[in-house]
Parts: sequence; C-alpha cells; structure tokens
Amino acid sequence: MRAERMRHDAHAGGAIASLTPPSLTLQQGLWLLAAAGVTLAPHASYLPWWIITACASLLGWRAWLLWQRRLPPHRVLLLLLTLACGVAVRQEYGHFFGKDPGVALLALLLCLKLLEIRRSRDVRAAVLLCFFLQMAVFFEDQSPLIALAALSGTWLAVVTLLALADANAAHRAQMRTGALLLAQGLPFMLMLFLLFPRVQGPLWGLPADATGARSGLSDTMSPGSISDLSVSPDIAFRVEFSGSPPEPSARYWRGPVFTRFDGRTWRAERPIEASTPFYTPSGRRFDYRITLEPHDQRWLLALDFPGAGAGAVRGDGAGAGPIRFTNLAQALLPRPLQSRSRFELSAWPGTATGLQETAATLTAALALPDGFNPRSRELARQLAAGAGSDAVILDRVVSYLSESRLTYTLKPPLLGRDAVDEFLFETRRGFCEHFASAFTVLLRGAGVPARVVAGYQGGEVNPIDGNLVVRQSDAHAWAEVWLGGRGWVRVDPTALAAPQRIEAGLAAALPEGEDLPLMMRQDLGWLRNLRHRWEALANAWDQRVLGYNPERQREFLASLGFGKVGWPQLVALMSGVGLILIGGLMAWASWQRRLQDPLERSWQVFCKRLARAGHPRAPWEGPHDYGRRLALALPRQADELLRITASYARLRYGSGANRADIRALNRQIRNFELQ
Amino acid sequence: MPDRHADRLLEAASRVILGKEHELRLALACLIARGHLLVEDVPGVGKTTLAHVFARLLGLQFQRVQFTSDLLPADIVGVSIFDRETGSFRFHPGPLFAQLILADEINRATPKTQSALLEAMEERQITADGRTLALPSPFFVIATQNPANQIGTFPLPESQLDRFLMRIHLGYPARAAERALLMGEDRRRLLERQQPVISIDELRALQRAAQDVIVADALIDYVQALLAATRTDASLVAGLSPRAGLALIAAARAWALIDGRDHVLPEDVQAVFPHVAGHRLHLAGDGRNVSPAALLRLLQSVALH
Repeated sequence: MRAERMRHDAHAGGAIASLTPPSLTLQQGLWLLAAAGVTLAPHASYLPWWIITACASLLGWRAWLLWQRRLPPHRVLLLLLTLACGVAVRQEYGHFFGKDPGVALLALLLCLKLLEIRRSRDVRAAVLLCFFLQMAVFFEDQSPLIALAALSGTWLAVVTLLALADANAAHRAQMRTGALLLAQGLPFMLMLFLLFPRVQGPLWGLPADATGARSGLSDTMSPGSISDLSVSPDIAFRVEFSGSPPEPSARYWRGPVFTRFDGRTWRAERPIEASTPFYTPSGRRFDYRITLEPHDQRWLLALDFPGAGAGAVRGDGAGAGPIRFTNLAQALLPRPLQSRSRFELSAWPGTATGLQETAATLTAALALPDGFNPRSRELARQLAAGAGSDAVILDRVVSYLSESRLTYTLKPPLLGRDAVDEFLFETRRGFCEHFASAFTVLLRGAGVPARVVAGYQGGEVNPIDGNLVVRQSDAHAWAEVWLGGRGWVRVDPTALAAPQRIEAGLAAALPEGEDLPLMMRQDLGWLRNLRHRWEALANAWDQRVLGYNPERQREFLASLGFGKVGWPQLVALMSGVGLILIGGLMAWASWQRRLQDPLERSWQVFCKRLARAGHPRAPWEGPHDYGRRLALALPRQADELLRITASYARLRYGSGANRADIRALNRQIRNFELQ
Repeated sequence: MPDRHADRLLEAASRVILGKEHELRLALACLIARGHLLVEDVPGVGKTTLAHVFARLLGLQFQRVQFTSDLLPADIVGVSIFDRETGSFRFHPGPLFAQLILADEINRATPKTQSALLEAMEERQITADGRTLALPSPFFVIATQNPANQIGTFPLPESQLDRFLMRIHLGYPARAAERALLMGEDRRRLLERQQPVISIDELRALQRAAQDVIVADALIDYVQALLAATRTDASLVAGLSPRAGLALIAAARAWALIDGRDHVLPEDVQAVFPHVAGHRLHLAGDGRNVSPAALLRLLQSVALH
C-alpha cells in the first residue's frame, strides 16, 4: 500500500498535494456517492444505455477505491477517460449543443470528478455538479416522483457538505441539520414559486421538445392504426365536469373526421373553419374543463358537440387562442398543441349537425375508389335494392352487420389490398377501425353519404378525485351517416359486434385470453386502486404546480388584492416578502436561543437597558469589567451595578447556577431603575 | 486563605521592583500555574531582580546561569566524572538542579544548549548516562532574552517558545517609580534583607488550588472562540494550538486565584491572553511576533455572548 502510494506520487510529478493522504473519510465518501447516485438515477430513464453503464461503473470504481482506501487514479488516465467520454458523447449526438448532449456530458463529468477528489474543494465542485444535474432532470420530466428524487438528491448533497465541514459529527445530527436547512429554504421556495414573474410555456423551449414523438391519433386511418394505440395506457386527456358527466354511451370525444378513402386508408379532408359552430347547439348542456396532453395536432378533442356560448370556450397554457369550429363539427386549436393545456368548454350532445349540408360535402361523403373491394360494393348494391329511403338502407346495413357475427379483437389478422372485402367475408375479425371503415364503405356503396370519425370514446372516472381520465386505449373510430332532415347521425358499428366496448370500455369488450397491459387489467383491483391514487396525485400536481402559469399567477395575486402587477411590482413584492421571511427566521432563531437560557435573557435585558442610557457593553467586554466601567460612569448606583454584574458573572462562570439564583438576579435586574 | 499568600507575596515583591505590579502578578500567575516564564527586554530593566525577588520571597533554591555562545549542555545539566577512588563514574549535577533557575540571555547560547534547557523544562527530569534524574520540585525557570534583532543571538524556534507559559516585557519604569528607584536603597542590599513570605508547602497548596478553579462551559466557549479567531486570522502564519489553549486556561485559572475567585471570568482570560499568545503567534509577512496592539484587536474582535 505504502509502496504503491510512493510510486503514485512519483508519477504525479512530486506534487505536494498528492503526498497528503486522501482527504476524504469513508463517511464523507459514502455521502458523496449517495448524493451522486440519487442525482444520476432519474436521468437513467432517457440517457443512452452506455452512458448509464459508464456512470455506474465509474461510481462503482470510486466506491471500491474508497473501500480499499486507495488514492485516486492517475491524472493522465483520468484525462484520457474524460477525452474518451467527450468523443463518445459527440459520436452519440453528433454535436455538443442542446440539453441532451449537455446533460450526458455533465453526468459523465460528475462521475469522473468523483474519481479525482483530492481536496475538499473537489468535493464542493462535485456537489455543485450534483445540484446542477438535479435541475437538469426537470428538462425531461416534471412529475412529482422526479421532484421527490431531486429533493432527496439535494438533501444528500447538503448532508455531504455538512459532513465535509465536520467529519466527526454524528450521522443523525447531520441528516437532521440537512433537513432543517432545506426546511428553512422552504418559505423562500414557496415565495419564489408564487411570486417570481412567470413566463408562458417552458423556459427551455427547444425545438426537440416540440417535435418529439408523441402518441395520439393521426390524420390518416388504416387497418391497425387505432389498435396499435389501444395498448397504450398513456393518458390522452383529463376531464372535470362541473356537474354530473354524460352517460358513457354519449361520451364521444371528436378528433379527425375522415372523408376521403383510397380503398385502404382513410384521410381527413381539409375542413372549412369559422369562429362559430356550423350548427345550433340544443338539448342538455354539459360544462367541463379538459386538460389535454400535448399531441402535436390541432384537434381539441371536444365532447360532441362543442358550442360557443358566453364563456363556453376558454383556454390557457401554450395552446391558448381563439378556438375555431369546422364544418365537420370539430373544435380546433389555432396551433398544434405542444404543451399540456387546459380549456373550459361546454357540450350539447343532443345537437343535430349538418341539417343543411352542402352538395360538395355530400358528394365527397359518397366517393369510393374504383377497383377496390368489389364484393362489398356488390353487397351494398344488393342491400340498397328496393329500399325506399336512406334510413331503410341504414337499417339493412346495421342488421346485416349485427347478424354476420363479426368478432371484436385487438389483434386482427393482417389484411391485403381489398381490406374491407377481406374483413367482411374472410377474416371476420377486426377492431373499431375495421368496423367503421366497412360500415362506411357499405353505406357509400349503397348511395348513402357517410364518413368515419376518429377520437376517443368513454373514459374512466377516478374515484379519488372524481375526474374522468381518458387514455390512448380509449381511442376509437365510429361512423356518421347523413340522413335528410336528421343531418349527420352517429352510428357506432363496433357496438353492433361488441356493445360492452361502448358501455364499459375496451377491457370488458375484448374476448378472454387477449393480453392487455398490466395496468389495464380489470382483475387486479389493488393495482387499479394504486393507479387511481397516483393519477389523482399527478393530476393535482399538474394542475396546481406545473399549471401555475401567468394567468394563474394573476388570479392568485388578484385574490391577495394586487390588481394589475408587472415585473417591477413583482420584484418589489418578492423583496418585501423575502425581507419579512428573513426577519421572521432570525426572530425565530433568537427566540429559540433565549428560550434555552433564561440567565442570558436577563443579562441581555440589563445590557440593553444600559445601552439605551448611553453605556453599551462592548461585544468583547466581560461582565466584571463592564460592571466596573458602569460603576465609574454611574457612581450613585455603583453598588447596585456591581452587585448585578458580579452576580451574573458568578452565575454564568461559577459552579453552575440554580433556578432560584437566576430568578433572584432576574428580580434584581427588573427592579433596577436608572436614576 | 491561599489568596492572602498571593497578596502578601505581591506586596513584598513590589516593594523591591517598583511600579511593575501587573508584571509581578503575571509572573506569580505563571509560577502558580506551574509554567515557565520568558522575560524579553533590553538589559537593565530589572529582569534579573525579578527572578531574585521570587527566589527570596518563596525561599526557593536559586541558580543563575548566564548563557553564552560557548556554553555546552553539560555545563547546565551536569557531567559524569571518573572517580579514581571508587573506580566508577560519578554524576556531578549542574546548575539545573535548583528550584528556581534564572536562565539569563538564553538566546545567546547555541541551539543545542537551548534545547537541553527547554527539554528539562518540559520533562522536569534529566537523563544523563542512561540514568533519569528528577529535577527538584517546584521547578520554575525564568529565562530572559534580549530582543531578537541584536547581534550574536540564536532566536528560539517556535516549538521551543511554546515551552514557556508566558512571555512578559518589563519595560522602562514609570517616571515616579524610576525616581523612587534612583533615590532609594541599593536593590542588591534590599534583596538580601528579604525573608521568605510563604513556605514551599504553601506554594504547592497554591498550585493545587489553581487547578481546582472552576472553568464553566460558557468560558470554554469563549476560549474556543478566541482560538478559532487566531486560526482564521489571515495575517497570522498559524493559529494557536490546543496546547496553547490549555496554557491559556491554566494561566487564567492562576490569575483568577490571585484575584481571590474560585471561577475563571473572561476578564482573566483577556488579562493573560496577550502574554500567553504573544510569543506563539507569528505574522504571515516577516514571521515576527504579533504586536500587543494587534493582540488587543484580536481580543476585541471576539464577542462575548
């Protein structure tokens, strides 16, 4: 061991610093490793695997060195490692700019820094890196779990600094002190959170955040596109009804409307937009607040059918702006939605839409590509033969589909060129997009205008907070048929094969034996309960913490009585509250101190009274000297002054004071009157 | 009353050494705290007389060693001489075997001799020819030193200076005291007439009593704050060591005892601090000892809670 250290020193060029033994004690090292580990752990969810592996090995190496009481590795080796890491990061990302390569580099540098710790200064640098990385994790994820992880990491880093300052103090005391320090920072954190001027959207609005892959509906639909989505338990949006929610069978959340069909894929037509709906809302009205997860599309996914009553539509967050209505009964955002946003909307599910539909729209709703699905078109012609009205044709198509015993499944067989023919006559197994597509093709073939609508259907009420949660697995496709005099009538062909899908959701409708993601299984009650609780918490976090935007801040300040505030007023308010907080903390600290020492309290009272009379005690002046000086300055009361100071000196520095003596002195001081 | 002894001693001593009550009190505190005293000043201000006075008043065996550059360790410790009659070596004790030693102009001797003296001071025993001989008790060394910048001196290294509990300066007497000195009786004759005021046993009792003087937690807090202040002061090479902290408390205890108290006050610490810390602290620039004014500033920078 010693020989090795000598050899090491020779390598290090005889630097004096390396002659001193490693300055890190085992305790300090373990705290530092724990802080680094907890700091890096949340980053593991998105950093490339090799960086995670590299960080873990470097931390392991450091732990081993600590355990073996070895010196840090040679500087040249560390330099080479650092260069290698830099090159590898560059290889991975192609550049060093932006947050991802930056965070990756920081994570590696933190681990390398741990390996070169020789002095306490190095530990401080490493702790600083930890603090930085704890903030960087919020670039990626702002969930309450991440916040908890960052808080734990910060606490560990603070304890590391405490351990560095005093290597011999007890663990528990240091842990408590660290927690106390963070607790003292809490009021300041709250103040900054509530009062710091807010900016719209995330601070780090990098392009990569906006265009990242997001799950959700797309503007085309082909067999399989929705069933892929249906295995995802991700939340699409949350809804809070101000009254009771509508029946499950009326919960149709409208997304893209598909009119054009090329034989296999349905595409959305570019709709006509207006600032008011193309229909007159009627029937019962439901008010609700919807919080949309970003899906990079303009669909508002409003409940059928949204209207623009007074205050009926209001949004905040990054997607805010006037909402547009289309001739396809959709509500659209002005821009694709890039961040979680909240809207207040109203819906009239009983509304009839498209009573006066344009000829162009109806023509488009009849178009079928030639040369595709010949058997289905033949079937449609047969169903239409002899029918008196479109409504009769609709009835015939519906009864045909109900009687043909098609199977509803999440895993339909692959379909070839004539997808509708193969589904209806050969495989006979399909998901909602198959049903909607086949139904619409049959009606069009029979000469009845029809279209496919995609969106979400249903949703699950969280019993913890009463919010309706709609997931990607609730994605759905249905059809609309235009009947003269009734307008567009919603028909859900899936319900013909699997009515439970509409009433009770996907999991209930699937035949036994189909695998579902764990979280969607109905048989695991406790797991669902846990999930509900977690989602209620996450929702509260999203609404209260992450959703605290400029408008919320204005509302909050208005509720405090501050009407219109700009940056200067906010800064002034923050300074004021900050000063009050600091003053409060200091008062608390001094109150604590006084509480502990009644003798000291009496003495302070005495000194203050004399200081007001023009005879302050110098900070370093002992009681004896002070008493003699006072006796000279106030000769008439010399005896009393000397008695008080001598008695304090005896009680404070003598053989321990009992309560009676302290009370006696206290009385003496209270009764003392300056003449 | 042990403190009465101290008063009587001081009273008698200040009749011989005029106008130096504070310095005499410090010297007595040093003696009671079982420390050794370093007196630093120009010649002729009464350094030697100070040692004489205490020897006489306490009735201690007294030896004076004049340190010169050719003084060898054996000259002070003693030598073994071959005895023809018994056919063996016999140890002839040197002047160190006395109760009160005046080591005059200690910085004139070579480091080798200096260290022999300082080692004896620390260990209170001497090892010669493989035998360990205890020095008498009490054993009190008053060393005098000329200011370091004089020619032909070997300044004491810091580690050796640490062996002295206190360092004091006598300084020129005040005008009135000097007038009384010039007009008065010859000091040597006056000294010879002095009779012991207290016995050696009474001195030992004083020394024991000093160890029982109470040091409260609050005082330890203050001493620690003082030590910390010397350690964080950027103008100093290094702060006071824990040993210096112990010395500070021992000196303050003796000072409190002389004052007739059974507990130490911060004022006691403040009174002895310049003399306990002065020779242990060095300025970062030229390595010289800190000035009394700087020590006072240091004291005043530490608040008393």
